[in-house]
Order: sequence, then C-alpha cells, then structure tokens
Amino acid sequence: MAVAPPPEVSGREKLSQWANSHRKWLFASPAVLFIVLLIVIPIGWTLYLSFTDAAGSVRAPFGFVGFDNYIDALTNTSRFWPAVWRTAVFTVGALIFELAAGLAIALLLRRPFKAQGWVRVVVLLPFVATPVAIAMMWRLIFNPNIGFANQVLGWFGIAPQPWFADPSSTLPTLIFVDVWEFTPMIAVILLAGLTSLSDEPDEAARIDGAGAWQRLWYVTLPLLRPMILVAIMLRAIDALKTFDLLYVVKGPGGGSFHEAETLNIYAYTESLLFSNFGYSSAVLILFFLMIVLVMWLLTLRRREVT
Amino acid sequence: MTTARVAGAGRGRHPHSVPVRRRPLRQRSYSAFRGLMIALVIVIFLAPLLWMLMSSFKRNVDIQDTSKSFVFSPTLANYTEVFGRDDYLDFVGNSLWIALWATALSLLIGVPAAYAMSRFNMRRSALVVLLARIIPGVSLLVPWYYIFANLGWVGGYSVMILSHMFILIPISVYIMMSYFDSMPPDLEEASLIDGLTRIGAFLRIMLRLSLPGIATAGILSFIFSWNNFMFALVLTSSETRTLPVAVFDFVSYASIDWGAIMAASVIMTVPIIVVALFAQRYIVSGLTAGATKG
Repeated sequence: MAVAPPPEVSGREKLSQWANSHRKWLFASPAVLFIVLLIVIPIGWTLYLSFTDAAGSVRAPFGFVGFDNYIDALTNTSRFWPAVWRTAVFTVGALIFELAAGLAIALLLRRPFKAQGWVRVVVLLPFVATPVAIAMMWRLIFNPNIGFANQVLGWFGIAPQPWFADPSSTLPTLIFVDVWEFTPMIAVILLAGLTSLSDEPDEAARIDGAGAWQRLWYVTLPLLRPMILVAIMLRAIDALKTFDLLYVVKGPGGGSFHEAETLNIYAYTESLLFSNFGYSSAVLILFFLMIVLVMWLLTLRRREVT
Repeated sequence: MTTARVAGAGRGRHPHSVPVRRRPLRQRSYSAFRGLMIALVIVIFLAPLLWMLMSSFKRNVDIQDTSKSFVFSPTLANYTEVFGRDDYLDFVGNSLWIALWATALSLLIGVPAAYAMSRFNMRRSALVVLLARIIPGVSLLVPWYYIFANLGWVGGYSVMILSHMFILIPISVYIMMSYFDSMPPDLEEASLIDGLTRIGAFLRIMLRLSLPGIATAGILSFIFSWNNFMFALVLTSSETRTLPVAVFDFVSYASIDWGAIMAASVIMTVPIIVVALFAQRYIVSGLTAGATKG
C-alpha cells in the first residue's frame, strides 16, 4: 500500500492526485479489508489458542501449553488419524466418480438435441437445491426398512442393504450421495468447456481416420485438460470441507462409531460442541495446512499444463 | 441459442445434410443409445427429488408402508403441520432477510473490488479474496464464536449477515472479475476522454453495462446464503434461526416425522428450484466464470 510522496502542488491538485493514485484502493479496499479482518484475526486467534489449554467456556481463563495440543493430535490414533483417512477417502472417492460421470454427461449433452434446455435445468437441480434438504431426502431413501433404495434393489432380486445404518457401509453411501449431488456441477463446467472448444482439431482427426474413442482420448481430453483441472480444484476444496451432508446424516462425532467423522466434523465436534478450544484449534491449524498443501499440489499440476 | 448452434454444428447431425434413409445403422443405433442414456441421466437426478416431493404428500403410515410407494391418497397434512409449528414462517422470513442483506452488501463491496482487480491487475488482492474460498468455515467459526460471544453478538442478524458475506464476497468478486475482464476497456476510456472520472465512468458506464454479470453474482449469492447450514447452526438463536437449521431440528423430536421433514425440505427447496428454472443461464455462466478464471 506504500505510495510515492506527492510532488509539491496546490492542495486541490494534491487531493485529486491522491485520489488518482489511490483509486484502485478506493474500489478494492472494502472487500480486501473485510476479508482480512474476518480471516487474519480469526486465524491468528486460532493459532494463538492452539498453544493454550483453553476449554470449557469462551470466558474461562487459560494458560500456555506449548506444542502439547499438536502432539496430542498427531499421536491420537483413535480419532485424529482415522478422521484424516476418512477425509482423504471421501474426497478422492467422490472426486473420481464425479469426474468420470461428469465427463460422460458433458459429452452426452455436447451436441444439441430436442429438450436440451430442460435436461440442463434437471442437471442443475441437485447442487443448487439446499444441501440439508438433499441430505434429509437421502436419509429417507436409504432407510433400511422403509427406504426406496432397498425397494429398488428388491425389484432386481438384490438383498436389502443397511446403507447409513451400518458403520462399514456409511462412508461408501455418503460418497454415493456426494456423487449424486456434485456430478452435475462437474458436468456443467466441462460442458461449458466443451462448447467453447473449436471443432477443427476434432474434424481434422476425423478426416485422418481417427475413431470416436481415439478422438476423445487424443484430441478432446487434452484440449479440455485445463478445465478438468479447474473442476478438480473447485470440487476438491469443497469436498475436503464437506459438512452439511455428514452432519445431517450422522450428527456430531460422525455417528456412534465415528464412521462419518472427517477432519471437518472432528474439529467442529471438539470445538463447538465439546468446547475443547485449545486442542481443536491445533486440529484446525493442521486441517488448514493440509488444505493449503493440497491446493499447492494442484496448482503445481496446473502450471505444468500451462 | 439452440437453433443457432444446430446450424453451426452442421455435419451430418442436421436433418437436411444427410438423407435419412442413407444414415448408416451405426449412427442410428448411436442416436438411440444416446437418447436412452439421456433419459437415464434425467431419471437418476430427478427421481430422488420427486420421491421427496411425493413423500411430503403422504401420511406417515403410508411412508412406513412400502406397498404404498406409488399408490396412496395424497394429503396436505404435513404442510399444515409444518406451517403450524414453531412459527415456521418466521424461519422463512429469517432466511430471506439474511440472504437478501448478505447478497446486497456483498455486491456493494464486491463489485467495485472486482472492477479494480480486473482493470488495475491487482492479483495479490484477488488472491486474498480467494483465500476466503479455501479456508474451512469451522476454523473461522471457533474464533468468530469466541469473539462474537464475548461481544454478546451471537444470535443476532448482523452476525449471520456478516458470516454469509464472508462466503458471498469471494463469489461476487470472482464472477464480476471475469465479467469485467471480458468487457473491452475502450468503453471507459472513451468516457474518460469525454471528461468523466474513473469513478464516474464506473458508476455511469460500467455498472449499467455489467447488469447481467451483477444478476449472475446476485443469484448465486442468494442461493449460497439460503442454503448455508454450518454458520447458521452455530451463530443463530431461536429468533434468528434459518430454514436449514429449522429442518434439521425436526430430527431431534422423539420419533422422526418423515412426512413433516419432507414437506419442510420441499418448502425450503422450491424457491431455489424456481430461481434455477428462470435463471438457468446465469447460474451456468456464474459457475463457469469461476472455472475459467481459476
């Protein structure tokens, strides 16, 4: 924000010069200040709390404990590390299926057809609809006794499944719901990418005798790669932070066996429900570092491409 | 839009370019396969939502009875129950009030910022704003809760609006940045030569021309605020509760009242679906604006 000292001129000119050299900050500073105030102070506060034994109430006194909270978290193999693992499984699992299905749908809708507008609206609905309503809806559908999912399985002679009711099938079922909810987002982004591509490289490959799969693999996908990476990045950020779905389906602690406890749910439960502010702040800082690391790795990949 | 692209796409797909009887079998079976797949996509994404809608018109005994999955006598009882309960209309009002204020204030702060970041190439500031998109909400909620609780603000509308602005400003900034990027700078330069100041040019020329972009940012902001659950779960009181939290609270009743929950979910989702129907193009362009900028 440093500005060169203004040359000696009259007051009025000085003012207009000041406004001119600062004009960009006149526009931008409210937003930047707002974000900085609401991020930097809180993150600083979290960092500070992570070295204390703050707990119980927001007004309770607390003292410094050094790195104890970090050591506690990193040596906690019953909650912390399983939560890290679940976060990774949920994010990577959901992302793989969402990308594959999203790409398939984008390719399917690429060429115009009758009722294309309506299909696009239908595809928009899952991820603009309120996530809490979506989570409630799937809780009913996956209810082992009265749910529609087991009824459909029954039509094909498949035995009823426990879905969310069993700790071992909870995470896969949650991934399924996330895939249902966010595949459309990937599809919409990739569809926009596909329609912005020129037809010429594809046409040239066709004239050279390349088949549909070859053209997809050697022409379309490489051209679409920047869009695919951006879609991965946007989705990865949100999947790592998934809260609504997990909390509405399994509640605090990720259920009685912590079967849905990702880092986000773990940190939320420890901090805002059990008020272990010091310890949970350490978990949050570790979570934050993890997200920054993932983003950094993804942007490295992007720079390689461009 | 569609007709223009049909003409542009040409190449055999167009009915007139290739006589129907000479279309090879492979191509015809591909069209049939494609139609089937598109139908499958529609069923997969629409059926669960229709199930929610249907369940909201069922009595709880019919929801429990799998033989009444499709044949049942519809009832409005769930809807009258939801609206009769706990001042549900107040929750609708809270959601609307918070979403409208958060959207308006985010646009007020975000649009000029996006203009400056786009025109003066303020990449570092843009990155700071993007940071708000990456940081997990929980890591802010703890200190916010700490600070706001000590100030005695938790449970008020202002805290909710502030917390939502935190999510919405990055959305507005990124959508508007890519919108301003796509507008030729000649427009303002002409008006600067005509004697307008930078601020004047922004207010009189750019704002008016960027109305579609502002609509996009506004619609997406409203949706994100309306849908938000985590911040509302922590920062609202019984007077400021929003719809997602109100619906979630239904679960804690002794037995799960599925009919009422589905009705409440439908009530909460319908406004968003209506917005999506009318503003489909804006939503898509808003999403892809974030994507192409990255």
